[in-house]
Amino acid sequence: MTDQLVIGGHPFNSRFILGSGKFSLEIVKAVVENGGAEIVTLALRRANQGGEENILDYIPPNVTLLPNTSGARTAEEAVKIARLAREINCGNFIKVEVIKDSKYLFPDNYETIKATEILARDGFVVMPYMYPDLNVARDLVSAGAAAVMPLASPIGSNKGLSTRDFIEILVNEIPVPIIVDAGIGRPSQACEAMEMGVDAVMCNTAVATAKNIPLMARAFGQAIESGRNAYLAGLGRVLNQAEASSPLTGFLED
Amino acid sequence: MAVKRTDPLAYQPGMAIITSEILDKVLKNVDNYDYSKISARDVEEALKKDHLSMKDYGALLSPAATPYLEEMAKKAVIETRRHFGNSIGLFTPLYIANYCENNCVYCGFNCKNKIRRGKLSLAEMERELEAIAKTGLKEILILTGESRHHSGVEYIGAAVKLAAEYFATVGIEIYPLNADEYAYLKKCGADFVSVYQETYNLDKYQQVHLSGPKRVFPYRFDSQERALMGGMRGVSFGALLGLGDFRKDAFATGLHASFIQQKYPHAEIGFSTPRLRPFINNADNNPNDVHEQQLLQVMLAYRLLMPFAGITISTRERAGFRDHVIGMVATKISAGVRVGVGGHEQEEKGDEQFEISDPRSVSEVHQMILNRGLQPVYRDYIRV
Repeated sequence: MTDQLVIGGHPFNSRFILGSGKFSLEIVKAVVENGGAEIVTLALRRANQGGEENILDYIPPNVTLLPNTSGARTAEEAVKIARLAREINCGNFIKVEVIKDSKYLFPDNYETIKATEILARDGFVVMPYMYPDLNVARDLVSAGAAAVMPLASPIGSNKGLSTRDFIEILVNEIPVPIIVDAGIGRPSQACEAMEMGVDAVMCNTAVATAKNIPLMARAFGQAIESGRNAYLAGLGRVLNQAEASSPLTGFLED
Repeated sequence: MAVKRTDPLAYQPGMAIITSEILDKVLKNVDNYDYSKISARDVEEALKKDHLSMKDYGALLSPAATPYLEEMAKKAVIETRRHFGNSIGLFTPLYIANYCENNCVYCGFNCKNKIRRGKLSLAEMERELEAIAKTGLKEILILTGESRHHSGVEYIGAAVKLAAEYFATVGIEIYPLNADEYAYLKKCGADFVSVYQETYNLDKYQQVHLSGPKRVFPYRFDSQERALMGGMRGVSFGALLGLGDFRKDAFATGLHASFIQQKYPHAEIGFSTPRLRPFINNADNNPNDVHEQQLLQVMLAYRLLMPFAGITISTRERAGFRDHVIGMVATKISAGVRVGVGGHEQEEKGDEQFEISDPRSVSEVHQMILNRGLQPVYRDYIRV
């Protein structure tokens, strides 16, 4: 049985999406390979075409680029950045990030929906970064989102699944892939998200701030795979008290 | 004969007044900040927290925090890495003119100083910009002295337009403007504005800013707010540490930035930390002297107060200091710096504002960043 992640009709074998903006470019390749990531995000604003230290020169050619619109404060700006990404051959995938708060970097759900609608119509595979809200997720799907990317905790906080219950609702209700983005700090948290049934996990800071970055990428890759397998296997029930091993209703005869 | 000075609170003709509560809030809190009453325990409490209160911030700036510098640094590295990874932004300043109408006692551009004055023509500017662009840089900071006569807003606008053709990011460090003038420069291609209050102590402020537009304390104070009203993306703050009581000035700077961020949550916030160096071998050990230790304390306190803010380390500091603070607390470093007017491609047309301590080229600084396991970042902005 193949278990693939399908985003906008594109199949992927790995469910680990790697952020690239917080570690040295020279190790990007090693990190991608160790983590087994097939999708790598990059801030388009960092792309330094024809210039020094251009991140695009360091991402291995076999991975799918997921440029993000970081820096955009409105839907209009996000749309402009997405189109620039396409112009410089970053492909059709776009992670919509609209952020109007420099302190917590929380996404603006309202502007995100607007940008998603325009970009989906424009033929992009749109993956919006969002605050986990069921109504917003539904609107994003109606607007043409190929996946939704709810935050687990504030970006960079490494706090794990602070929004667990709300993400779980999205998992139950939303028909497109749910990709947990932002705030995952440990492989065990990534594993927990996967066990819960999210479709993929995106990580940046937790990998980038490790002492051995490629090794941490490997740990995340393994945790994500393990969590996925646990989800597919079907977790046993977890009970707070002991359960009688003989069934209570075993006496029934006909 | 005593010279009669103007009231530093009185606006001069042409200066637009905006309604803002921030000045009063900052000054009131600074008045109440008594760092002599802060204990080691207050510092320890502050170090336990993820989000600093005003009191915690004051504790980290106090003399009681001196023995905790190492702990502060350890915490700062974590915060800096969390928010910026190992990225270090590179940029260079370009002084386009050094005419000045201000009489500020500490400044090389002081209008009373007999220095060589000059300004770049557009053609000269273009040659400078081209030469800088060849080093690979994508971010530039345009600077002038304060002279609406010699370097007016239109002249600066022309410089910004030209710079925007060569650079992804154009910042300006010029005299304070009205909001509509900031909007004009934004349209020309500038997105970031740096204005330094120098000192937040009004008495000291008027003692050192004797005349000229800069004498007007509140107009300068509200610059960042007017810049944001004019549509700028980010604003930088700074006190000239050592001019007044550096602890109080740093406290005020942090509050100023915090209140602006609360009111304009989208604004990108930056800090710079220029200082007046203490005289070497000065037997009188002035508690308000800003040695490297005190400078680092201020930088660390800024970082812990606002983990998401950019902090720039200037070439006024020696290479060894700069190399160690990047990645720990600073996120941006200048390179290939000339502080005279022009001087990147042709001979300088005017004298320097101050002397630099780190003359390294862009490629040398680039290599140093790599050697420290950090990542030089040339481009980090899209003008949309």
